[in-house]
Amino acid sequence: MALSPRPALVRPLALVFLRSPARVFPRPLARVFPPPLALVGGVVSTLTALARAQAVVAGRAQPVATVRHLHLHDHPMVLIPLTMAGEANAPLAAMAGTDPARPRLLTVAQPRNRDDRFTFAADLAGLLVPYLDSFATDTEDVPIDRGKDVRQRYVDAPQIWVPNPGGADFLRLFGRSTRFLKIDGEHPVPPAVPLLGRWLTFFANSAEVPGSSLLVNAIQALGLHWVTGQSSAEDAQFAVQLAWIESGAEAAREAENGPVAGPATDPDFDNRVLAPLIERSDPALPRVLHDLLLPTWERMWRTLALLRRLPAGDRVPLRWDTDRDAFTAFAQNLAEGGPPQPRRDGAVAAAARLQRLENAAARYAVQRAFDDPLVLAEYRLSGAAFAGVVTLANPDRVDDSGKRPVLRPRIMVHTTEPVRVEPGTSLTSPSRPSQKARVISINPAGDGHDVLLELSGGMGRRLVAEPGSVPTVGERLILTTLSEAYRPGGSLPDPAETPWTHGGPPTYDPPPDQAAPTAEPDASSPPPVLAPDAASPPAVPVLAPDAASPPPVPVLAPDGASPPAVSTAEPEAAALLAVPVADPDSAVSPAGAAVDPALGGDLAAVRDSVVSVEPAFAADPVSPAHPSDTDTRT
Amino acid sequence: MSQSSRLDQLRGSGRAKRHNARTIAALTGNPGCNRRAVLDAAGVDKTGLAERIGFPGSFGQSRFALSRGNAFEAMLKADDCALLRSVLDVRDDLDYTDLGEDSDGTLGDRSARTADLLAGARAALIDHPLLTLDIAGQTVYLEPDLIAYAHHGRLQVVEIKSFAIIDDQAESAKVSAAAVQAAVYVLALRALLTRLGHDPSLVSHEVVLVCPRNFSFQPVAVVLDVRKQLSTLRRQLSRLASVTTLVDALPAGLTFDLALEPSELVSALGHIEARYAPECLSACELSVYCRSEAAGSTGALGRTVREALGGIESVEEVLALAEGRMAPSEEQTEAAAVLQAALRLRSEALS
Repeated sequence: MALSPRPALVRPLALVFLRSPARVFPRPLARVFPPPLALVGGVVSTLTALARAQAVVAGRAQPVATVRHLHLHDHPMVLIPLTMAGEANAPLAAMAGTDPARPRLLTVAQPRNRDDRFTFAADLAGLLVPYLDSFATDTEDVPIDRGKDVRQRYVDAPQIWVPNPGGADFLRLFGRSTRFLKIDGEHPVPPAVPLLGRWLTFFANSAEVPGSSLLVNAIQALGLHWVTGQSSAEDAQFAVQLAWIESGAEAAREAENGPVAGPATDPDFDNRVLAPLIERSDPALPRVLHDLLLPTWERMWRTLALLRRLPAGDRVPLRWDTDRDAFTAFAQNLAEGGPPQPRRDGAVAAAARLQRLENAAARYAVQRAFDDPLVLAEYRLSGAAFAGVVTLANPDRVDDSGKRPVLRPRIMVHTTEPVRVEPGTSLTSPSRPSQKARVISINPAGDGHDVLLELSGGMGRRLVAEPGSVPTVGERLILTTLSEAYRPGGSLPDPAETPWTHGGPPTYDPPPDQAAPTAEPDASSPPPVLAPDAASPPAVPVLAPDAASPPPVPVLAPDGASPPAVSTAEPEAAALLAVPVADPDSAVSPAGAAVDPALGGDLAAVRDSVVSVEPAFAADPVSPAHPSDTDTRT
Repeated sequence: MSQSSRLDQLRGSGRAKRHNARTIAALTGNPGCNRRAVLDAAGVDKTGLAERIGFPGSFGQSRFALSRGNAFEAMLKADDCALLRSVLDVRDDLDYTDLGEDSDGTLGDRSARTADLLAGARAALIDHPLLTLDIAGQTVYLEPDLIAYAHHGRLQVVEIKSFAIIDDQAESAKVSAAAVQAAVYVLALRALLTRLGHDPSLVSHEVVLVCPRNFSFQPVAVVLDVRKQLSTLRRQLSRLASVTTLVDALPAGLTFDLALEPSELVSALGHIEARYAPECLSACELSVYCRSEAAGSTGALGRTVREALGGIESVEEVLALAEGRMAPSEEQTEAAAVLQAALRLRSEALS
C-alpha cells in the first residue's frame, strides 16, 4: 500500500512494538547508519533480485554467497518450540537436542495451566543448561591493553538453532516470562526456571547483534546463502524455503501444505486434532506432537548439513571470538550472582547497546563483502567498489615533503566499471585490508577510467616496501570504500549521571510482575475480576484527551501499512531494526524536548533511542496500584 | 439494468457475503486490485469460489484463540463492565447500554436504536452498537466492540483484542490491523453523526485498544491515533465508488455463480484484472489462484524485488534483457544496462 509519509503531527509509536516479531518499523533508522549500510539494509539489491529471477526460471534456489557467513558449531543444539494459539507465548511443546538421532520431546499437557508451564520450563532448563554449562570449562588467555594484560575466554561457546525468527521470538518472550520468577515465597518455581529465563534472554539479545552465531534461525541462515524463486514473505515457511534449495519449485509447492515449523500451530490442526486431545487430556498428545515436529527436526539437521558444505568465510572465526567473549561475560555474570536482565534498558544502557549494534552491523557488512566476492559484487554494482588492473606502479615512491620522509607508493588502476568516488577518498582492497589507497585522480581512458592511487600502510616499517605489499603491474584489484578500520564509539556518561533530558538516572526496575502468581484461568471460566482500586486508578487513558490533567499515557500511532517482510538475506537489517529506536515525540514528559549537549555530538544520532526509553518508565502502568501484573491472575 | 441487480447477477444464486470492518480494511491493503473490488462489491463468496476452482486458501481461526478472545471480552464486560470501566478510567455512574441482539432479522432495527442512543447524546458505554457505512453505493453494517461517550462529550471507539501487550510492546501487524479496523468504525460513526446533524468531529480520532497485559489476563488500555488510517481509508473508499465503472465495463451476463463449472469460473475471473502481491496471501481468500495466475511476473516476487529489477514485468524479460537476448525499449535501456552488469558480476563471482 502506498502510504504518504507519516505526518509530523502523528506521534509515532511510543512504547508498543519496539521489538515486535515483525521487526520492521517505519522509523527514521536510515540516518543512524553510515552510508554504505544503506546498501544492505532493507533494500533488495538488483543482484539479489536477479538471482530470484534466475531461480524462477531455473526452478531451483540460486546461491547469493560463495562462502558461509556464519559459524557452524560441531555440536549445536536444535530447538523447535511450539506455542498454544491465542495465549501470550504459552508453550505447547518443544523438540530439542544435540543428536539428530535422538530428539527429546517436551510437551505441556494443559498449556493454560501455570504449573504445567513451569514444569515445561524446568524440563527445558534440564536439557539446555547442562549443554550451556558444558562450554564453561576450558579457558584461553586473550591479551588486552596492548599485551600488558590478559583476560580469560572460554575456548568454545554453545550454539542454538531454531527454525525461524518466530522461534527466536518465542525464546525471548519465554525468557521474559520466566527470568523474574521467584524460587521462594508464596509461589515458588524450580530454581532452574529463572536461570533458564536469563539464559534465553541472553541468547535472544545476542541474536539481535548482526553477525552473531549464538542463536541462529534456519530461515535467516539459508536466506543468507540462497534465494528462492518466490517472495521473501513465502520464504518465511521453513519447509518451503528448504525445498526450493534441496529439490526445487515443484517440491516447494507441495511442502506448502506440510506441517508448520512453529511456533504457531495451524488453526485447522488446532481445531481438528489438538483441541480434542487437550480437552480429554489424551495420552496420545505427545505422540501426535512428536509426529508433527519430527519433519521440522529432520529439516533442521539437513539445513545444518547443507550449510556445512560451504567453506566458512575467512572472517567468520573473528565474529565467533566475539560470541565467545559475550558467552564468557554472561556466564561470569551469572556465576557472580548478577541480577536478571532488566525489562527495559536505561537511557545510557540503551545508547550503549545501540552503538554496539551499529558497530556490529558495520563490521558485519564489511566482513561479508571482504570474505565473499559475490557480496562484494553488490557494492561493485552500486559503485561503492570497482575492479581494475594495475597499469602503472611506482612502489618506491617516497613523500619527503613533510618533517619525515614516508613511503607513499602510487599505482594506476584501469577499470571499465563505474567509478563513483571522488579524489581524496580512501579506498581499501580486500586482498590487502590493512592498506589504504587514497584516490589522487580519476581520468577517462579508453573504454573506462584510469584511477591514480597513493598507498599507505601495510608495507612494513622501512622506506622500502616489503615484497608483495604493493600491487604490481598486471595485477587485478578490487577497490572499495568499505573499510575494516576501527570505528571509535562516542563516550557515554555513567548511568548515575544520566541527564534529566534523558529521564535522569534509571530508577529501580519495577518489581517483577510475577510477584503473586496463581492458577492460570481457564478460557472457559474467566477469572474473577479484580476490584478496581478507586483511590488510585490505573495510569491509563484517556477517554477525554482534553481532561484537566490526564495521566501520562502512551499514544500509539501504528502504521497502516502491513510492514514489509524483512528479507531473510539481510539479517543485519532485521537485527538492527529491532534496536529500540523511537521517536522523541513519543515522550509525554519533557524528555523529548531537548538533547543535553553534555551527551555529546555522537549521541545525537541515537538520541531518539535514548529518550524513547525514558517515557517507558513514566508511562509504565506498573504502579503500586497494580502490583500484581501476574503471569496469571488472582 | 440497475447497479444492484447487476451485482446480484455477478454473484449468482449464492447469498451475499456482507462486508465487515475486516474486509473493508483489507480493501485498503491492495486498493489497485479490481478483482477484489468487484467481487467484494458483489458479495461473492471468495472462499467458496477459491475452493470451487481448486485453489483453496487457509483462513481458519484457531478455536483456542477464539475462546480466549471471548473469555477476555466476557471478563471485561462482567459486573456491569466493572473491569472495563476501571481500565478505561470512566466513572461508575456512566450508563452502560447493551443493544444486544437484533429484535428482527433485519439489521435496521439495531442500527436505528444505535442512532437513537447517539442522538440522545447521553454519556454512556454503548455495547453491541450497529453502524452503517456506504461502500461503493451499498450499505454495510458494522459492529464495533464498544463505543464510549467520554466525559467531555467525545465519542471514542473501543476495540477489544486478545493479543498481549508485553512490556508495552505488541506485534505491529496485529496493532496495525486493529487500528485500521477501528478507523473504519470511526468513519462510520462520523457519518452517523453527520446524518443526525451533529458535529462529526465529536468522534475522536484516538481509539482505545484494550488488550491483555503481559502474560496475564489483566487488561491494559492504550490509545491509538488513527488519523493516518482514516485518511487512507477515505481515499480508498472514494476510489471504490468507481467500482460502478468497473462493473459497467464487464461483459453482459458475466457471473461468478458457484454452480458454474470451475473452468467457466476461471474464464470469468479472467475478465477482471487482479493485482497480485505476496501480501495478498495473508489477506485475500482468492490469493492462491491469483498467485498461480501471476507466476512468472516480477511482481509475484514482491514489490521490492520488482523495483530492484527496474519495474520490468516478467521474469523471462528480465533474463532476456540481462543476457542481451532482447533489445531494450527506450524506457528499459537503463534497467537493461544495470541487469547486464549484475549478471556479469554474478557470473564472475560464481565462476
